[in-house]
Amino acid sequence: MDLSDQVLVDKVKNGDYQAFESLVTRYESKVYRLSIRMLRSPQDAEDALQETFIQVYRGLSGFEGRSAFSTWLFRLATNVCLMKIRHRATEPSRLLPLEDYLPRQEQGEIPQMVDWTDRPEEALLSKESREKMMEALEKLPPEYRAVFVLRDMEGFSNAETGEALGISVAAVKSRLHRARLALRGMLSDYFERRGEIRVRESSLEA
Amino acid sequence: MEKDEKTTQVFACKGMKCKEMLEKLSEYIDGELDPKLCEDLEKHMADCNPCLIFVNTLKKTISLFKYASSEPLPKEVHLRLHDYLKKNCQGC
Repeated sequence: MDLSDQVLVDKVKNGDYQAFESLVTRYESKVYRLSIRMLRSPQDAEDALQETFIQVYRGLSGFEGRSAFSTWLFRLATNVCLMKIRHRATEPSRLLPLEDYLPRQEQGEIPQMVDWTDRPEEALLSKESREKMMEALEKLPPEYRAVFVLRDMEGFSNAETGEALGISVAAVKSRLHRARLALRGMLSDYFERRGEIRVRESSLEA
Repeated sequence: MEKDEKTTQVFACKGMKCKEMLEKLSEYIDGELDPKLCEDLEKHMADCNPCLIFVNTLKKTISLFKYASSEPLPKEVHLRLHDYLKKNCQGC
């Protein structure tokens, strides 16, 4: 029978290194996936993975179990990723203002919309589309990206996301909403362009 | 011509305005919206095709991202991690 996180944590605190390895094995895939989603680069994600578990090992003696071990772990992992992003020599202008992806409303009118949702899954999830999605995610300011990754990609609740990031549930909801709108905007731009190319190609064939 | 029809459609929306609706969309999608507002929003969408498309593409965006990247942990990354920790956790 698998031992609970708490039992393993207590064993690690008593000097049982095997128990630490069991915790690492239990969570390494999830932490790696989170890191890839936050950082995109496999090398940076591997560095973040190693750094996170070192911090876990060093911090466990001070971990009092007020939150679940997994919440604490993901809080550390997210912070490691956010620190890495901050240390990148990224020009602030590379981060696009979210307002660009809200529908521009002129005189109360919403612009024309293209419904691309009925396109086949293989087009929506092609290698190129998935690349575009990761690019779009990378364009989000990190604090918004972290909320979207934890909440919508990793399936955390609002409360768990707030706890992992040290922000209120209201802040989670507000950032999540803006992140979703921005990603929808970027993805729609891409699929609309793809649709135009497809139409042009098929008219050329005809 | 088609654009004019759509514009008219947007202006014909009664009750909830497009902007108000946009602000509530995440709560609506997450099932956290007050039932009365939910009803208003659905009424609005029935009359406002651009908003309906906006909601559909927003929902689809969220579901597509779940599959955008779910890379498994490469075996060598797993091995390097355990090696690294063994070396660096001694005497921590």
